[in-house]
Amino acid sequence: MDLLFPITPTHYLVLSALVFGIGVAGVLSRKNLFVVLMSLELMLNAVNLSFVTFSRVNGDLTGHVVVLFVVAIAAAEACVGLAIVIALYRLKETVDLDFFKSLKG
Amino acid sequence: MLEAVLFYILAAVLLGMTLLVITRTNPIASSLGLVVAFGALAALYALLSASLVAIIQILVYAGGIMVLMIFVIMLLNLHADDLRPMAARGLTVALSLLAVMAGVLGPVLLVVFPSGNWIMAPLPDGFGGIFAVGSKIFSDYLFPFEMLSLVLLTAIVGALVLSKRKL
Repeated sequence: MDLLFPITPTHYLVLSALVFGIGVAGVLSRKNLFVVLMSLELMLNAVNLSFVTFSRVNGDLTGHVVVLFVVAIAAAEACVGLAIVIALYRLKETVDLDFFKSLKG
Repeated sequence: MLEAVLFYILAAVLLGMTLLVITRTNPIASSLGLVVAFGALAALYALLSASLVAIIQILVYAGGIMVLMIFVIMLLNLHADDLRPMAARGLTVALSLLAVMAGVLGPVLLVVFPSGNWIMAPLPDGFGGIFAVGSKIFSDYLFPFEMLSLVLLTAIVGALVLSKRKL
């Protein structure tokens, strides 16, 4: 009971680590380009949760500023990433990662 | 007490939806799960008194990025045989990774940040509101903020160039 209640920053950090782990697992284990992109977003969001938690603990707003920057960068990343997906689909007519291995040695 | 109940409900929704994202075969199902996960995350931010970040999360992530993603998924008009379910090997990789994360990170977090003497401090008025965060951005972080506009412009031009059939 002591571990579960009351809610401390550690709880938020453990939740953030779990979401990050699920994101890594998605990137490593899925072959669909869209799901890989979404897992990337999950990892970014897990890190954001840590930032906000530490910001709350220290009473310092720098973490919030960094989170806003990360959200903007994530928007840019999603935009370029989806453009690359469209270009790849035009080239090979598929979104399966196994078909994109021209750079494999 | 209310905070604990809310935290556990939101954490359960968040973890369930993230698992849905990485296990569904259909990317549309994954993306809808991701939208709900972002909503739960925004509520968690609000629980941490980060009101501006919570609203930006809903506006930009759930409202902007996910709409773009669903738009592209529907634009490509995938066939059923393009989609492969998560391989059994993938599931093994995912589960072992989660076990490693939990086994390594859990004890480290508990040792470095023991829950007993680590409580949330009381906050000044307006913490995390638009005025406080805005004055921080436009005083200490003005240069990175302006650089961000350049990054976004580059991303827009890059996306146009990449997705154009003929230049």
